[in-house]
Formats: sequence, structure tokens, C-alpha cells
Amino acid sequence: MDIFLQQIINGVVLGSIYALVALGYTMVYGILGLINFAHGEVVMIGALVSYSVMTALLPSGMPPVLLALISVLVAAPVCMALAWGIERYAYRPLRHAPKLAPLISAIGVSILLQNLAMMIWGRSYHAFPDILPAIHFDIGGAQITLLQTVTIGLAALTMAILSWMIQRTTLGQAMRATAENPAIAELMGIPVNRIITLTFIIGAALAALAGLMVGANYSVAHYYMGFMLGLKAFTAAVLGGIGNITGAMLGGLLLGLIESLGAGYIEDLTGGFLGSNYQDIFAFLVLIGVLVFRPGGLMGERVSERA
Amino acid sequence: MKMTARFFARLTRHPNDNRVHWLAWALLGLLLASLPWLVAAGFGNTWLRILNFALLYVMLALGLNIVVGFAGLLDMGYIAFYAVGAYLWALLASPQFGLHWPLWAILPIGAGVAGLFGVMLGAPTLKLRGDYLAIVTLGFGEIIRIFLNNLNAPVNITNGPQGISAIDAVHFGNVSLARPLDLGFITLPPLVSYYYLFLVAALLIIGIAIRLERSRVGRAWAAIREDEVAAKACGINTRNVKLLAFAMGATFGGVAGGLFAGFQQFVSPESFGLLESVMVLCMVVLGGMGHIPGVIFGALLLTVLPEFFRQIAGPVQQSLFGSVLVDPESLRMLLFGLALVLVMRYRPSGLWPSPQRRREIEDVQRADAPQDVPVSPM
Repeated sequence: MDIFLQQIINGVVLGSIYALVALGYTMVYGILGLINFAHGEVVMIGALVSYSVMTALLPSGMPPVLLALISVLVAAPVCMALAWGIERYAYRPLRHAPKLAPLISAIGVSILLQNLAMMIWGRSYHAFPDILPAIHFDIGGAQITLLQTVTIGLAALTMAILSWMIQRTTLGQAMRATAENPAIAELMGIPVNRIITLTFIIGAALAALAGLMVGANYSVAHYYMGFMLGLKAFTAAVLGGIGNITGAMLGGLLLGLIESLGAGYIEDLTGGFLGSNYQDIFAFLVLIGVLVFRPGGLMGERVSERA
Repeated sequence: MKMTARFFARLTRHPNDNRVHWLAWALLGLLLASLPWLVAAGFGNTWLRILNFALLYVMLALGLNIVVGFAGLLDMGYIAFYAVGAYLWALLASPQFGLHWPLWAILPIGAGVAGLFGVMLGAPTLKLRGDYLAIVTLGFGEIIRIFLNNLNAPVNITNGPQGISAIDAVHFGNVSLARPLDLGFITLPPLVSYYYLFLVAALLIIGIAIRLERSRVGRAWAAIREDEVAAKACGINTRNVKLLAFAMGATFGGVAGGLFAGFQQFVSPESFGLLESVMVLCMVVLGGMGHIPGVIFGALLLTVLPEFFRQIAGPVQQSLFGSVLVDPESLRMLLFGLALVLVMRYRPSGLWPSPQRRREIEDVQRADAPQDVPVSPM
């Protein structure tokens, strides 16, 4: 039982990180219908920038929590500027190009950022400093660390603020209108281009936060980390129904749970035939399974084929 | 560039116009036949190897072009079929299981099994639209790779991350291509004989692809690509035709994979990562989706160009700054990424799109223009 609970806790932590990243994918997709392949790399840049800021300031003897705060205050603007640049120069000129062109451009940006990061930070794995003291609480035989608690809480808070913003503020309304129909939104006086840029920037801020969380929770950051993370987060977004904000949160959480439970129990389930190195398969198997029965994702609308 | 493009376009459009073009064909044939010797003499064996890989990528890109270019189904896990073909060859012709089957047994089996995998991927994804299909195929590719990586325990099938080595070279009876081939009047070094083998295979695949495009099935693919609902209404069995596209594409991949294993004599899961799938997709899109000469051009360009960067990235820095400042490997990938973005920005329909497709795109852009969201500086 305690192993089960432990895997649930790990799954929720992983899932909240996936959810934060998935939001970035889903918001952009909802508005532009574009898979922002470079989003995972933005998370990676966020993590590496926070790492650099923290290690640079570590000798000053500041409390680690303050360090984390400063690092995220540096990383978020960096990521936002990056996302702005990507949108402005790699995606916007292609808005009316054939469908695959923006995708290839996104792949290009992704390769570019990865190698840029490799040039700046090198190929090695960087050990992330500890942000919070290693305190843990016992819940029903399982342990949850302070860091995990804070991660879950912060992710939940961020997502709550985002939901509020999208549902209640004028900006959110404008975003929803743009997602519905950019041409009509423009006619209604909504500065569509600015809204699209803002969507990218908000996604990047979430990505910077997620980057710090990944680094802190798994104590490591390197130039290649964004790739698989981005892939999983995108899977989560599709799982929940891409373009759907609630769906992305749900999908992220579900994917995290499935992965961690799957990795924990696969050996028992298959009588030791398959080991936990098959962890990554779960994400994709579940995804294929869901899409076969609900082609629009869990929370997605049933999209009728265009006539 | 434009001249040659027009020249080749005419070549492919009027195959029966022997009067004008037999000379051009003969010249092309002569060039292709003498290319390995010229490359080996001028640039060394490294480049001859790269040339062989370029031919493999031509086969792969043409296979993916059937799925993406002809039928309009975005497949991002295409390399899985290459992997299936390669691993089948590796398992049936290596000390791994002590099997040493001949080429004409393995290659059809590899192609067939890859085709079967294609149907396996196609069947559950028939109802999915563009981007959902992309992510599912991507997942499929990863699943295959993960299995190849881990099927070494408890029963050792694929030998895990170490891969399978000491694979039999391509051989016909007792004649192995891994040794210099004495033809009586000339002796072919292994790389050259592989070149001729790959060239024949690539030409065969090009031929099949051209015939397919113009066939009834090819027109059905085009119809599905343009509008699936309308295609269905016209009486096209969209399910079977889509499955056929996946199967055909996968078969080409399987053949290329088998040849790769026989050429390299070593396979490991590392060769079949997502980046490879992405690379082949880039070849198709960058070259000009659905346009066979464009796709071939894309495959050649994207094989040769990164290698070229690799060769010059170090020395150029050396001569400019006096030392190697940036890791040449990452510099070349950086330039590659930048090139993708720039090409898409200035030639969104590819470097060499089919004339018809280019017209369509220009029309669409013109029709879109009035309701365009204006790009205003902010």
C-alpha cells in the first residue's frame, strides 16, 4: 500500500510539471493550430538559466529559497524573450504557409536551441543545488518531501491563476476569441498579433517555472532534457484534448500518474518480463489507446470532419 | 539551378520523347555510373561512404513521401520501419541466432514485415487527423526503439543497447560485397559495389514511386490528401487506400533498412532515434512534398550538407580565429537548424515543389490575402 501511495505522490509531482509544460503547448495550439516543437527547449533553457544564476550566487551565502526566487525571476524573462523571438521570426512569417512548413520551422528552432545550449553550457550534466532543506512528511506510510509539496502547491496555484485569467479577465477573453476565430476577433477590435505574442510569452513563463521545478526535483539539468520532456508534455496535451486548458492540466496529471504507477508495477504485472526501463512506453501506449477510442482526446470536443 | 530544375522536370514529364532526351539520359547514366570513382578519387572514401548513405536516404525519403507527400498523412515515426528492416536483416544474417540467410530471402521478408508494421500503425490511426496522427506515429516510433533497446532480457533477441555486430555483408552466393569484387576487366572496391547496389535499388524505388503516383491508387491518395470526405463520396475506399499508403511507405523503409544493415554490418537502437525520423521528414518537406525529383534533391542535400559542415566547421574556425572556438559538431547542427527555419521562411513549399503544387499554394495565398491578419510591428 505504501509503495502504491508513494508512486501516486511521485506521479502527481511529475504530472504537475507535465501539466505546466503542456499548458504552453495547448495554448499555442488552441490559437494557431501549431505544434510548438521548440517549447520543450524553452523549458530546458529555463532550467539551465536558473542553474547558472543559482550557482553564480551560491557563494554569496543567500538562503537557497531566495536564490530560487531570483533565478526564476531571471529565467522567466529570458524564456519570455526567447519565445517572443521564436514567434516573431520563426512562426509569424509562416502563418499562411502550407501546413507542414511551420512544423519544420519549429523543428529547426528546436535543433538550433539545443545546440546553442550545448555551446553555452557544454555536454555535461549539471548538478542542481538544493533549494529546500531535505524535510519530509509521512502520509500513510509514504513520504513526501517539502520540495515535492511546494512543487505541487506552486503548480496548482499557477494553474489556478491561469484559469482565472483566461476565464475572467479581458485578456483571457481576447485569447479565447482569437482561438475561436482570428479573423472575426480582429474585426471585433482585438489586436490578434499581440494576443498571439502574449500567449507565447505566458507559455514561456510557465515553461521557466517548470524548468526550475524539473531541475530542483531531479537535481540535474542538461542541454538535452527539453526534448523528452517536451514530447511527454505534448503527449499530455493531446491526451487531454489539445487546445483545451483544463484538458492539458488533466492530461499532464494523468500522464504523470500513469508513468510512475506503470514504472512501479510493470515488473509485477508482467512477471518480471518487462522492467521499469519500459516506463516511456506507457505514455505512448496510453496515448494511442485514448486516441483510438476518443480521437479528440479526453476533454476535446468531438470535431466533425470538415465538409 | 533553375535551368537544371526545368531540365529534369521535362525529363520526368516526357519520358517518351526519346528524340530529344536520349542523350540527356545517357549523360545522366554515365554520370551516375562514374560518380563513385570520381568521388573516391576527388574526395576520398569518407565521401564515397556518405554518397552511399545519401542513396539510402533517397530510398527512405521516397518511402516517406508516399505517406506524407502523396496521401497527406503526417508520419513522424517513419524510421521505425527502417529499424524493422535493419533488425530483421541483422537477426537473420548474423551470429546472433546463427542464421545466415541469403539476400533474396531476407530482403523480401524484411520488406514484408515492415509493410505489416505499417498496417499495424495505420489501422488504429485511420480516424485521426493531422497533428494527432503526427504524435501517435511519433509515439509508435519511440515504442519500437524502446523495445529494440530493451529486448535483451530475459530472452536476448536484439542484444539491447550494444546492438548486433558482425552482421553478414550483402552477398550473392559466394560473392560478398564486403571484399573487392573482381569482374575480370575491373575490380570494384567494396564501397563502389555497394554504391552500384544501392543505385539499382534506389532507381527501382524511384521507378515504383513514379508509377505509383500516376496509378489509380496514386490518384486516390491525392484525392484523400486534398479532401478526405470528398474522396469518400467519390467512392474511394479511404480505409484500404490509406492502409496501402502506410504499407507501401513502410515497405520502402524496410528495404532501405535491410540494405543499411548489410552495408554497415552493425545495427544498434541509436541509429533509429526520433531525430532520424525528423531528418527524413525534413528531406521530404524541404525538397518539395509529393514531388519525386524534389524529394530526391532534398535527401541528397540534407545528407551531404551536414557532412560538409562537419568537415569544414573545424578548419574554417582554425583559419579565422586561430583556434577551434566552438564544438564543430554542435555548430553544424546549429547551422542545420537555422537552415531549416530560413528555407521554410523563404520557400515554404520546399526548395523544388511540383509546379502544380506551387501554383495551388500561390492561389491559396492570394485568396487568403484580403482576410489576412496583418503583420504589424508591435
